[in-house]
Amino acid sequence: MNAPAYNFAYLDEQTKRMIRRAILKAIAIPGYQVPFASREMPMPYGWGTGGVQVTAAILGPRDVLKVIDQGSDDTTNAISIRKFFAKTAGVATTTATAEATVIQTRHRIPETALRENQVLVYQVPIPEPLRFLEPRETETRRMHALAEYGLMHVKLYEDIARFGHIATAYAYPVKVNARYVMDPSPTPKFDNPKMDNCPALQLFGAGREKRIYAIPPYTQVVSLDFEDHPFEPYRFNAPCALCGAEDSYLDEIVTDDQGGRMFVCSDTDYCEGRQAAGHHGSLSAAPYREKAGSHG
Amino acid sequence: MVDQGLANRDTLENDQPLLLAESLSKSFGRIAACRDVSFALYPGEVLAIVGESGSGKSTLLQMLSGQLAPSAGYVSYRMRDGVTRDLTTLGEAERRFLFRTDWGFVHQDPAQGLRMAVSAGANVGERLMAVGWNHYGRIRETASDWLTRVEIDVARIDDAPRTYSGGMRQRLQIARNLVTEPRLVFMDEPTGGLDVSVQARLLDLVRSLVAELHLAVIIVTHDLAVARLLSHRVMVMKGGRVIETGLTDQVLDDPREPYTQLLVSSILPP
Repeated sequence: MNAPAYNFAYLDEQTKRMIRRAILKAIAIPGYQVPFASREMPMPYGWGTGGVQVTAAILGPRDVLKVIDQGSDDTTNAISIRKFFAKTAGVATTTATAEATVIQTRHRIPETALRENQVLVYQVPIPEPLRFLEPRETETRRMHALAEYGLMHVKLYEDIARFGHIATAYAYPVKVNARYVMDPSPTPKFDNPKMDNCPALQLFGAGREKRIYAIPPYTQVVSLDFEDHPFEPYRFNAPCALCGAEDSYLDEIVTDDQGGRMFVCSDTDYCEGRQAAGHHGSLSAAPYREKAGSHG
Repeated sequence: MVDQGLANRDTLENDQPLLLAESLSKSFGRIAACRDVSFALYPGEVLAIVGESGSGKSTLLQMLSGQLAPSAGYVSYRMRDGVTRDLTTLGEAERRFLFRTDWGFVHQDPAQGLRMAVSAGANVGERLMAVGWNHYGRIRETASDWLTRVEIDVARIDDAPRTYSGGMRQRLQIARNLVTEPRLVFMDEPTGGLDVSVQARLLDLVRSLVAELHLAVIIVTHDLAVARLLSHRVMVMKGGRVIETGLTDQVLDDPREPYTQLLVSSILPP
């Protein structure tokens, strides 16, 4: 045997076929969780094993890959996965949303609007939206099958009863194609409206839980709510301190122990793009570059 | 008192049985848990099934409520649209829908019938949300209304039932079941594990709700006092068979079968 040590994109072809079959089924039934034979990957569970397997199965030699972790291209998880595919598949990588054909993400949807022929791959820790309300898998599957989703509203009811508003800020349940209730992975609810009628294909991979689900392009995705407590995306009421954006999702960064903090775009590519285009915020270093030396 | 016109209009409706059991049998391997049970239950009627442990009461209740498929015989139920249907021919979706709208099931252990980790309000509201209510204010209003009816302080609407006492949990379970105005409620030893004064209050409550809502109830109990207080009719079971059936006072005051006589005489006189 003189088989190569690694196949293209790490997984062997039979495994990819198996995952592709699961993906096709998931696309055919939007929002439905398709079980698949998740493999061991060279990374711990919780680091994106599901997303990596989906990416490996759909990646072609001419794809351009972008990986983000909480919107950022330069955190450990994002860099490691990007390097992993650069090494095992030899594909081009990028940090620019517009250039990428496959974007693997942990918990954010890029601010730059996605287009057709792009695929967004989500890393999902817990795919079952009903899990914390109904512990039995047999029962949750039956509830999905019969579209019994009253329980999902029980969760939202509890939020309002306790906090006066729907306090679920991430993993906010959505109904896909007017049929299946789906957990959009722990993305902030700010991103929920972006899933609706999105031109790009959205794939979700949960490695530990062995589930794949999908939202095909241009599919209706509705966030659940009450008539008298409608869904509202949440955003800190501040512009980005670096690029001045008023429409992006912000991270809060604590800068000292005196209560100082700054709000910056969670999507680093979007923020850098805006800064390069001349936008700047209150704490942007760019206009004060000549003073940079004085900070030591 | 019921308005006379209304009573007349309901007469036809009440003339037909709500639930009909026809030679129900269930065996587990060689053990026959339930043999050849037949009866009819009419709207607004309270039927008590009494007997010792292992007499097949619970098996019968599970078959009647569609949770267990009978080995022989069938159960038919007159749906809200007036059509009588065999329970085994109902699809799972229909059966589950029936179970959370037109039926109620009160478990002996409230932890089985309640969601212990979510608030009392959500527990009562769950059935409403399951049938498509989508207005928080109205759900909450209805939930408070029901808590009042089962004598739970509305101030405790946001507390989880695990902070409730046994009697309160049982009353909450009843509210949760009655909120969709079912026509038939199954009760499995609803007073088991409660002390006597709490039992008395609960029975009093159930009795007034049954009369007020014109509920049909099938109640399984080994406590003859419960049967005497609540039920119109009694069925006595032994070894999986119904050995005696009749009006409650008739069966309990003038028992015919030796076993029933034993059962009745085993109650200590007050």
